[in-house]
Amino acid sequence: MSHRLGIDVGGTNTDVVLLNSDSEVVAKTKVAVTTDIVTGIRTAVALVLDKSGINPADITHAMLGTTQVTNAIIERRELNDVAIVRLGAPATKAVKPLAGWPLDLRDRYAQYSWIVEGGHEFDGREIAPLDEAELQRIADFVKGKVGAVAVTGVFSPVNTSHEERAARIFREVLGEDIPISLSYQLGSVGLLERENATVLNAAVSNVAQRATLSFQQALIDLDVHADLYLAQNDGTLMSIEYALLYPILTIACGPTNSMRGAAYLTGLTNAVVVDVGGTSTDVGVLVNGFPRESFVAVDVGGVRTNFRMPDLYSLGLGGGSLVTESDDGVSVGPKSVGYRIVEEGRAFGGSTTTFTDVAVALDKAKVGTHQVELPHDLAAEAYQSALQKVAEAVDRMKTSAKPIPLVLVGGGSVLLPNEFEGISEVHRPENFDVANAIGAAIAQVSGRVDRIFAMEKKSRDEVLEEAKSIAFAEAIRAGADASTMEVVEVEEVPIAYLPGNAVRIKVTVAGTLASYNAETRTNTARTGTNANAGQ
Amino acid sequence: MRMRVSEQDLEALSIGAAILGTGGGGDPLIGKLMAQQALAEYGPVELISLDNVNDDDVVFPVAMMGAPTVFLEKIPAGDEGYRAVTRMERHLGKKVTALCPIECGGMNSMIPFVVAARMGLPVVDGDGMGRAFPELQMETFSVLGVPGTPACIADEWGNVVLFETIDNYRLESFARACTIRMGGYSHLVDYPMTGKQVRDTAVRGTVSMGIHLGRAVQAAQRGHRDPVQAVLEATRNTVYGHGIRLFAGNVMDVSRRTTDGFAVGRAQLQGLDQYSGQTMVIDFQNENLVAVVDGHVVASVPDLITLLDPETGIAVTNERVRYGQRVVVIGIPTPEIMRSEAALKVWGPKQFQLDIPFIPLEEAYPEFYQQVGVPVEKDFRLSTPRAASRFDGQVERHG
Repeated sequence: MSHRLGIDVGGTNTDVVLLNSDSEVVAKTKVAVTTDIVTGIRTAVALVLDKSGINPADITHAMLGTTQVTNAIIERRELNDVAIVRLGAPATKAVKPLAGWPLDLRDRYAQYSWIVEGGHEFDGREIAPLDEAELQRIADFVKGKVGAVAVTGVFSPVNTSHEERAARIFREVLGEDIPISLSYQLGSVGLLERENATVLNAAVSNVAQRATLSFQQALIDLDVHADLYLAQNDGTLMSIEYALLYPILTIACGPTNSMRGAAYLTGLTNAVVVDVGGTSTDVGVLVNGFPRESFVAVDVGGVRTNFRMPDLYSLGLGGGSLVTESDDGVSVGPKSVGYRIVEEGRAFGGSTTTFTDVAVALDKAKVGTHQVELPHDLAAEAYQSALQKVAEAVDRMKTSAKPIPLVLVGGGSVLLPNEFEGISEVHRPENFDVANAIGAAIAQVSGRVDRIFAMEKKSRDEVLEEAKSIAFAEAIRAGADASTMEVVEVEEVPIAYLPGNAVRIKVTVAGTLASYNAETRTNTARTGTNANAGQ
Repeated sequence: MRMRVSEQDLEALSIGAAILGTGGGGDPLIGKLMAQQALAEYGPVELISLDNVNDDDVVFPVAMMGAPTVFLEKIPAGDEGYRAVTRMERHLGKKVTALCPIECGGMNSMIPFVVAARMGLPVVDGDGMGRAFPELQMETFSVLGVPGTPACIADEWGNVVLFETIDNYRLESFARACTIRMGGYSHLVDYPMTGKQVRDTAVRGTVSMGIHLGRAVQAAQRGHRDPVQAVLEATRNTVYGHGIRLFAGNVMDVSRRTTDGFAVGRAQLQGLDQYSGQTMVIDFQNENLVAVVDGHVVASVPDLITLLDPETGIAVTNERVRYGQRVVVIGIPTPEIMRSEAALKVWGPKQFQLDIPFIPLEEAYPEFYQQVGVPVEKDFRLSTPRAASRFDGQVERHG
């Protein structure tokens, strides 16, 4: 019988779950994150194999969510030099690439940056023919100097041809191995944000490659020869081949996986999800089973980008949050003992008072190994102030005054009560503590389209159908089983001052992995289908 | 007043201009980055008040015209405005002495700085609307008799088209058509004026107002104070009236369509906090036109209606407003020059197919304005017997 591994490497713990073909949890574990990440994964996977007694050969799929790429950008670690090429001259010169970037990154990356003639108008016309000779010169110049290439063409979401031709030219000169990031794969209309995402993506390509390949190795070491997928920000999967090309899309998968896991474990498709960890709590909203996307451009390591990110409200409050007294009263967080709670927290025999200890002292939760005695007033005030923060965050994220269900997940969620104002019911699903790993394991693949359509000659319905069929085709290309695909999101934004009643339409569809379905149905060996998610 | 405008000032202006954009006007981001690049390359620009403009100065309003969405994707080359300005100089046989914005709301607050930096010219602290509007004839310049033409528009290739039209409506129509062929937007010089003309017709102090609003938001963000309150307080003692909090709620529905190139639509908000149980409906045509709470009109064009993010104080434009978003809606009384009878004929509610009278915010909220006061020039409004109720009729958009 085929099994799936879901792995989530967070800031504190590496969570691993093993699911059978009915998506039931067969085994789960949590181990502390190791500096090299991979050791923790190897330990955790070995533990679930051991617990379950499952033959590693029966694991057909492994889904991984990781913060490796995020940390590389924030810590400016192992980033490679990038040839930054924009196709748009004579337009676009008024704002050069890297505008608005933090100075340290701008200084480093500006040396290999060009604006070349090419790109398209909103309606697909060429701004200028692509200057292939110039691209050839740039390719010869950067050969041996950069580790990756980032190409961004004006209106490439409308017409991809110049970006693709540029990629072929670089490929010929720089060889098969150099990572080439194309902007139309990463973001939507909005040149600078898309270009930023593309440059960041190129900059982390080596880190991502090393991380991904070592994950793969960790599994192989344990005789797990599964199809490996990476979880991305929108709650869907991408194949390892695709993740190597577009690692930036994994950057916010952690909270997304928790929310998808929460949806799966409760069967709820519209709910508030509160994920309580050791140091922080993320509050998000499920809309049709997927995390609501952020409304605003998101900064990654100080760089403004526009790729899809979950809309989250994050609080510096978790199980390990420190309780402090001052003249203003008792407060909880944002400082935390994090994973050291098992040594330092009172409930574990230590001497530091944490949010966990407060809940234990008040008999709101049973955690740890030791009794906790705290002055009742202090504990009550601390607990109340922490709850207040969570309640405010929940209220902030809700879309209406109407009561809506709330799902509590994450290890620290045992500390929270069963009632919140404006909440119809609080769900504490089984396996809530590994919801993120489950979210990775059950994730689907998606297809999307984000383009400007003219509504002059076609009806709105015809245009929407056209957009949906493009998204469906993308999802199938990404490995989705056509019979399971559903439209997850439709958004229309009319574009002012353009002829033909132009409308920007964004459609996302998602479906179950075809390769996985095929196996669960026939219970045969791997089909070897390469899923390829994103767009 | 004269001030050297720095890159930080442009940062503040981008925040303030988005607020004055009343939901439209385009995201100032690209304009800001263009102006910052121009300042870095050519040096700072001086902002001068209308009082520092001489009678025989030559002032050109310079702007970007077309689709803001295209602007976000096909960033300008940077010299389009310069080409349009120098072509206009050649046509008139005069050297320009200062530039000014045609609108201070949204991205067009920035374009004069791009050209001014390159040409070493000052920018005049005033504009033709004190906010954002969708069409070229919607200018105090036009209302007060300045011809829109000669006007010229330029693209990134160096194509320049010069217009001579019999009225400002035709300028709008022809320039718009030409702009589409240029790829969706162009750079424009229109309403070339003498110093006296601009002094007589411009809305005063609007660029510095944008900077002032932006700085207030930034200071509130740094000090962890309520940024919406900071915006409202920053409107005190300005050519505008005191801003007022109209509503706070979640976006429950946004419907949009494009009609003749305009983004027309309606947003519905469900009230929160003290507005719990109430519903606000906002109609927009690029910019916000009217705000209605439970059937009562509480604010309408040309007064400013702006949605703000309650956390950051940043304006939420109509292109970005989405289901589930939490917003605070504020109203800012438009400068008095925008409320004359002749002006309302060009941009009153009826010009946007709204069958309602224009009721100034001070009349809709007399108690609030008794309390905070209004600029001296507006005082008469509170003493008139008309200072009565809000308009409670049906709001239907025709056409």
